[in-house]
Amino acid sequence: MKTSKINITALVLILIALSAVYYKHEKLGLPLKPAEQSDVWTVEAKIQFKANGGPAKAQFYIPRDPPGFIKLNEDFISSNYGLATEQNALNREALWAVRRAKGKQVLYYRMELTRDGSESKPRTQPRPAYPPVPDYDEPLGAAIRALLSDVRSHSADIATFTRELLSRLNTPKPDQNISLINKAGQGSVEWVRQLIDILAGARIPARIVYVLPLQDLVKHGTLVPWIEVHNDFEWVAFDPVSGRQGFREDVLVWRTGDDPLITVSGGEPGEVDFSISRHALSQVSIAEQWARQTDSRLMDFSLFALPVQTQNVYRIILMVPLGALVIVMLRNLIGLSTFGTFMPVLIALAFRETSLLWGVIMFTMLVVVGLALRLYLEKLKLLLVPRLAAVLTIVIMMIALFSIVSVQLDLERGLSVALFPVVILAMTIERMSIVLEENGSQEAFKLGTGSLIAAIIGYLVMTHEWLGHIIFVFPETLLIVLAITLILGRYTGYRLLELWRFRGLIKEADKP
Amino acid sequence: MKMPWTRLRELGIVGMNQRNAEFIMPYNQRRYYPLVDNKIITKQRAIEKNIPVPQLYGHIELEHQAAHLPALLSQYTEFVIKPANGSGGNGIMVIAGKTASGHFRKSNDSVVHIDEIKHHVSNILSGMYSLGGETDTAIIEYRVKFDPCFENVSFKGVPDIRLIVFRGIPLFAMIRLPTRQSDGRANLHQGAVGVGIDLGTGLTHHGVMQSRPILEHPDTGFPLTGIQIPQWDRILEMAATCYELAPLGYLGVDLVMDRELGPMMLELNARPGLAIQIANQQGLEPILKYAQTLGTIPASAKRRVKVGKLIRQKFARESA
Repeated sequence: MKTSKINITALVLILIALSAVYYKHEKLGLPLKPAEQSDVWTVEAKIQFKANGGPAKAQFYIPRDPPGFIKLNEDFISSNYGLATEQNALNREALWAVRRAKGKQVLYYRMELTRDGSESKPRTQPRPAYPPVPDYDEPLGAAIRALLSDVRSHSADIATFTRELLSRLNTPKPDQNISLINKAGQGSVEWVRQLIDILAGARIPARIVYVLPLQDLVKHGTLVPWIEVHNDFEWVAFDPVSGRQGFREDVLVWRTGDDPLITVSGGEPGEVDFSISRHALSQVSIAEQWARQTDSRLMDFSLFALPVQTQNVYRIILMVPLGALVIVMLRNLIGLSTFGTFMPVLIALAFRETSLLWGVIMFTMLVVVGLALRLYLEKLKLLLVPRLAAVLTIVIMMIALFSIVSVQLDLERGLSVALFPVVILAMTIERMSIVLEENGSQEAFKLGTGSLIAAIIGYLVMTHEWLGHIIFVFPETLLIVLAITLILGRYTGYRLLELWRFRGLIKEADKP
Repeated sequence: MKMPWTRLRELGIVGMNQRNAEFIMPYNQRRYYPLVDNKIITKQRAIEKNIPVPQLYGHIELEHQAAHLPALLSQYTEFVIKPANGSGGNGIMVIAGKTASGHFRKSNDSVVHIDEIKHHVSNILSGMYSLGGETDTAIIEYRVKFDPCFENVSFKGVPDIRLIVFRGIPLFAMIRLPTRQSDGRANLHQGAVGVGIDLGTGLTHHGVMQSRPILEHPDTGFPLTGIQIPQWDRILEMAATCYELAPLGYLGVDLVMDRELGPMMLELNARPGLAIQIANQQGLEPILKYAQTLGTIPASAKRRVKVGKLIRQKFARESA
């Protein structure tokens, strides 16, 4: 009955932990694997203009909720300028102002972005009126009308109409009409403006959208005009040159509309230069940055809210319960005996500082030397506490010596021994010497190797990359550890080594 | 081919986890542990219940009292120094006599200087052998002169009798015989021989050493089986009475046979080990499970001994 209660408690704990993990993984995008990385784009706009000497103002369009992207971070670098940002339904603007400015002025806007896997919201704003049919200049008008009636007969709705129109305009073998229309040069701003005019001829509302093609290591990027048409429900984007519908994954929508990108008052017209770079960032930091931008409460109460230094401490501390679980298993399932209950966990923590092989070598060496000295101290008949203090002193001197020698031998590993928890070592030596004296060398060796094995297994578990990632990113998984511990707490079966211990009884009973 | 754990289950062998979860935790309340962990308290309570114990010569609680040690010890030629809260036979120093020059002599014939004894006492006081590492008291007591009935089957040291008393009913018994390997100590882990004792008759059967069956004592060569333990019913009654001085349902009772004073209770154990199953070639489980189902337990120790014998008869080993 008690056992079933514990099982239910354990089950509830596991369910809570798993649902929390599911939520954080699915909704916040925290990755389940440590190596998962995503591309992060850094886009920097450099704005330059010449100021006249009086008050200067610069108005610059910046992206507002670019479809398909999550903004992780943004920076305005503008020395002595005052900064304000404004946004309307379509665009966002940065407004820089300064009382006095003379000569060359440089302002920066920098943002970090990553792809958003989820579907982006439809762009519905604003609902346009149907444009009037413009009066085209002849002979261009005749060419446009011919093209429009041709396209109309080959299309079903606004999107197919636009696509058909674009494919005819971009055909490799243009006829006379199209050559006339394309005089402005395909892809140029004038050409796209003209395209809007042409679409108005079919009473299709269209607008210009400036996008930034994202490419790694671009130094002088420029915005490219795209076109959006309204299909009575939402704005549908088209690459005017390829005719493809929708924003590609590698284009960043900078702004909508055809006003000048930058407006400078109190100076000469400005120039804008874009530079783009890409780097990989772990999804954890992306999720963390994003959650900070969106003010997610859950992230506020996560370990990521702590200062990095504290975070690093918790990366270690949170693994200790796992080490304890290993000890529970080794003792209650295997039957391994160790010095003290959780001493091996502490030794394993010490190994973290040194790497495993070096840790084991140094640990064994220090214990052996320490033990020899401790047995000598026994001859001096010292009281327990002074003797412990003496062992501690000797251990510290040995560690210092170890570091000095390893530097002389160019072994960098030896240096990290300085962080080796000295007290643990001193206590191990002390306990080992008592066992050695009381129960003989066999028992001391048994306990010593038992502790070392437990420490090695504990180390391997506690430094496991994936486990470390899971526990730190999803600390609620410690509830699972707790649940397993509870279940093991009711295990009344044999320990593995007991099968060996009682083997004589089986042999005897099986005798004919 | 059955798996070893299935076989052990069938044989009713209790493992460490089962012992802790099913017998120690439900039957032994922690608050009674000091009664058995502190040997001075155990001794006092035993005297109240008329259970013979080795006489307490004195105890040392504070470091400066160690100065009186030579005066105290000068009255005795044989004694035992041990920690009041020790466990597993650790920290016990046995002085077996004096040399001609007036120095003390240990049971293994090595000479000890008084300073060594003082050092040992201060080690005990500083908590080196106590369970929690807390400061302890050293006790000096009568050294048991062991009964010649075990002379042939022990190597130095004192053999002791271990009984498992469950709910006040003595149910299992074995005798632990020191060997050369165990350095005169009656500790099975250190290589002492464990011999099962038939609860009904007090006759020994089956010896084990380091988990292996053994017929003769490894050092003396005498047979281990068929030895009659003297005053067996008295021993059983004493063990059953121990339940009254420390109400622990699952209790280990250690007794020794003194040549002149007969059986004496040496110490009680709240976490008795499982080696007794090996010595008896029989599992504890069916017997303890049966004793769990008993409704009323007789109030008198004598009656409980009778119940214990009846239970063991009921679960007699098939091969015996």
